[in-house]
Amino acid sequence: MSAAGGSLPRYILIRLMLVVPMMWVLLTLVFLLLRVAPGDPVTAAVGDKLDADALEARRAALGLDRPLVVQYLEYLGNVVRLDFGTTISDRRPVLDIIVNQGGATLTLTIGAFLFALAIGIPLGLLAGRFRDTAADAGIRVYGIVAYAAPIFWVGLMLVLLVVKLFPSWPTYDIASSETKYYVPDRTGIILLDAILANDSVSVVDILQHHVLPCFTLGLLLSGVIVRLVRVNVIQTLGDDYVEAARARGIPGGRVLRKHAFRNALVPVITVVGLQFALTLSGAILTEKTFNWPGLGAELVQYVTARDYIAVQGLVTFFALAVVLVSVAVDILNALVDPRVRY
Amino acid sequence: MSTTTTDRTPDAGAVLDVRDLRVWYGTEKGAVQAVDGVDLELRRGEILGLVGESGCGKSTLGRGLLGLLPDGAARDGSLVFDGKDLLAMSPREAYKRRGKSLGMIFQEPLTRLNPLMRVSEHFEETLRTHERGISKKEVEARSLEALRVMGIPPTRFRAYPHEFSGGMRQRLLIALTLVLRPAFVVADEPTTALDVLVEAQIIRILHDLRSTYDTSMLLITHNLGIIAEACDRVAVMYAGKIVEVGEAREVFSRPQHSYTRELLRSTISLSTTGLNFIEGAPPDLSDPPPGCRFHPRCPDAMTVCGQREPVLRQVRDGGSDAACWHAEVSEGTDAGRALSAEETQPLERKEIDVADEA
Amino acid sequence: MRFLHTIWHTKGLARYLFWTGVVLTLVFVVLALFAHWIAPYDFAERRVDGVRFPASEGPSAEHLLGTNDQSYDILSRLIWGARTALQVVFGAVIMSAVIGVPLGLFSGFVGGWFDRVTVFLMDALYSFPSLLLAIVFSFMLRDVLGGSIVAAALSLTAIYIPQYFRVVRNTTVSARESTYVEAARAIGAPPRTIMGRYLFGNVVQSVPVIGTLNAADALSTLAALGFLGLGIQPTEASEWGYDLSRALDNVAAGDFASAFWPGLAIILFITALTLVGEGLNETLNPTLRRRRLQKVTFGPRPSREEAIR
Repeated sequence: MSAAGGSLPRYILIRLMLVVPMMWVLLTLVFLLLRVAPGDPVTAAVGDKLDADALEARRAALGLDRPLVVQYLEYLGNVVRLDFGTTISDRRPVLDIIVNQGGATLTLTIGAFLFALAIGIPLGLLAGRFRDTAADAGIRVYGIVAYAAPIFWVGLMLVLLVVKLFPSWPTYDIASSETKYYVPDRTGIILLDAILANDSVSVVDILQHHVLPCFTLGLLLSGVIVRLVRVNVIQTLGDDYVEAARARGIPGGRVLRKHAFRNALVPVITVVGLQFALTLSGAILTEKTFNWPGLGAELVQYVTARDYIAVQGLVTFFALAVVLVSVAVDILNALVDPRVRY
Repeated sequence: MSTTTTDRTPDAGAVLDVRDLRVWYGTEKGAVQAVDGVDLELRRGEILGLVGESGCGKSTLGRGLLGLLPDGAARDGSLVFDGKDLLAMSPREAYKRRGKSLGMIFQEPLTRLNPLMRVSEHFEETLRTHERGISKKEVEARSLEALRVMGIPPTRFRAYPHEFSGGMRQRLLIALTLVLRPAFVVADEPTTALDVLVEAQIIRILHDLRSTYDTSMLLITHNLGIIAEACDRVAVMYAGKIVEVGEAREVFSRPQHSYTRELLRSTISLSTTGLNFIEGAPPDLSDPPPGCRFHPRCPDAMTVCGQREPVLRQVRDGGSDAACWHAEVSEGTDAGRALSAEETQPLERKEIDVADEA
Repeated sequence: MRFLHTIWHTKGLARYLFWTGVVLTLVFVVLALFAHWIAPYDFAERRVDGVRFPASEGPSAEHLLGTNDQSYDILSRLIWGARTALQVVFGAVIMSAVIGVPLGLFSGFVGGWFDRVTVFLMDALYSFPSLLLAIVFSFMLRDVLGGSIVAAALSLTAIYIPQYFRVVRNTTVSARESTYVEAARAIGAPPRTIMGRYLFGNVVQSVPVIGTLNAADALSTLAALGFLGLGIQPTEASEWGYDLSRALDNVAAGDFASAFWPGLAIILFITALTLVGEGLNETLNPTLRRRRLQKVTFGPRPSREEAIR
């Protein structure tokens, strides 16, 4: 019964406090998966290059010869200090990789979400509004196929199409080599750097490079959003307040927009947040497909190089990102939906 | 031709004149005749109660008047409001009258307000829809006045629906319906979802509305106490048909139709000594019994009851209108006397199958 | 089997989509089971009678869909790929159900701290990006099992355990409080009987739906692993995702066919499984169903005059 204003900060605080146990469980899981597993990290990564003594020395240097409990505590302590370790194969601090390559993954996923929402929301609203018609059937099949189609295959087909229609359109990498040369690195996000440098030619070049990968990843996500929005619209159209609005003579179009659609879109925020995990999976594939210099591509490369520390560090970072995004989504949701706030 | 045939020219004071209204639902088993041939008129400023068991079609009738029906339902007949037949005009024309002239108060107040919209936004939307060009100041003044009548302080004007209790939300919804000053309102079990104290409060508010707003109301309920307290006239519905209608006092003290009588007998009051109930269950409306729909359960049923449908008309001078052969016979009307001896034989029937009921 | 009856009598679009899915799935299953008869060549065959197949050739009488850059017959690899997909997906789904269902049953039944810890762990596992989990597992298993079919199936197993666990545990918790289980306990049935007879029967109904939808997801994850080069080794079996990753390098050179067909196979198989899963879900879950509307035709009005006589 109380006014909503005062309880919002409290809600956020409680939600933030839950982050710690969630992160702890995920970190423990990552550690268990990668450290307790059979096989020796150093041998796996550089076993063919060094002799037995050198390998032993490397192991000691990395602290891998100590008891697992000690390693576990040290791992947790390091993560708290944002130290994700140093790769075995090429001795790069994982944090450097995250700072340098994370920006590309970030802009890729944001762009993908924009495409996904732009495609998914209108189609979902349409299908829900015209339930059980031919349009609905078509949109539902689209939703399933968009989700079913392998991202790399869709990417490939799009590249073939674009190469045929617009031969000069960029189909791989985040920017042309000139742009990379001219734009000074300040934030780790090349698009932001170009904007900060007031370099409109570079900004256009970078945006052009984003279109294909973002669209490809966005198609996958749009499948999820279409289905969700459709179901929500069907539900809200049957809700009591929609009928009540009709009983008050509110025009059909307005009932649809202000009552049915608006309420149907609120849960989309939550689900979009939940799809962050799916987006990360998709981003890994998209980066490989388009030669995108992001974290997913790095991860795949280090997996292939069998570098335990690099894989562990990157996976840890992904886990943290998943937790943080879920918290951010909950808070955003509380801001939009007055009912959540207490 | 009998002189007792009710004169059916619309009452001079009638706000809404319903003629032979049918509302049927299409299902795979065939059409469910939820409302079948209902005649009804509402006079200016009166509250007409509509009672009946659950599933008798009273909600469908109320919604049918506004056209608030689910997909797959169809209406037929005539609904004359303000000199125009709502069923004959274009759907767009009829829709425009919703809210403005015909209001609706629903059963479950908790879910009837859009959770994402402030109370003020609900009022603004409603007023702006029906009164183009209304100023912001006037919107606020009119809304606050409607809320004041319902006893809701102006400080709550910008709150969200979830910040109100159930009883307050029902008052909000009533205010939202009445802010447009509709000539006619359907209140569909407005207190069923509320607790007893709040119920009394809401009924009082509805009862007092006439003096404030000059609104006629169809008050749907299964609670006879509410009818006695708030209504001028009452219509009794059974299996999609109105079986009796008249002054509330008259219907309660001298029920004509056997169903009305049984319904009143099954009500619990302080003077109740034993529990009465009507045996059997209401009929399947996709295949209603022939003749009077109540005859399979009626203790007074005669042979004619299962053969011919009785007509709703006045059977006793100064009494209520009823559609009942038994009343015709016992009051000695022309139609009652015209029945043959064979037709007035008590109906022979099988015992009501207990398994059938379950 | 009452639900088969329900499915058969479901009408309209849902039924049409469901049967499309069933037929398509059966086609892939037949291809997989009889690959050695249907496929014109072996998946690793590139010469017949000592004559090497041409590389990256268009369709011909010998090679209906052409050959890829490694001189493999595309059609044959497509058909053998169905077998690999079915083996891995079937294995992963069965294994995750075999672990997830009893775990959920047990956790929901005993409750207490064991339940709370397991739920927390499973939620953590579930919140993890599924492909990432598969990558981590295949990374770990490589030293032990190499790039075999078994390794691929095991890598996918962990992803789907939490889904069975959640559904089964939640159903168990609510069923545990239900009257019939209470009655069984009252007459002295031991916990094992209650779990085995009363709870399992109740809980197991939701497994086919989850299983089918998981199979669809597993298929796409398998292809993704193959595409990243972290899946089944090309010498072990024919795998669509791996073929696609090879095609990626050749697409620029205009080799369209070797990229197109495996991708189409993946889409069709996943779509088919999804349609079946959603069809099952929609028919088994009454809240998703909608009564079909029938048109109302008003009968003639009974004449009032006649009634009055």
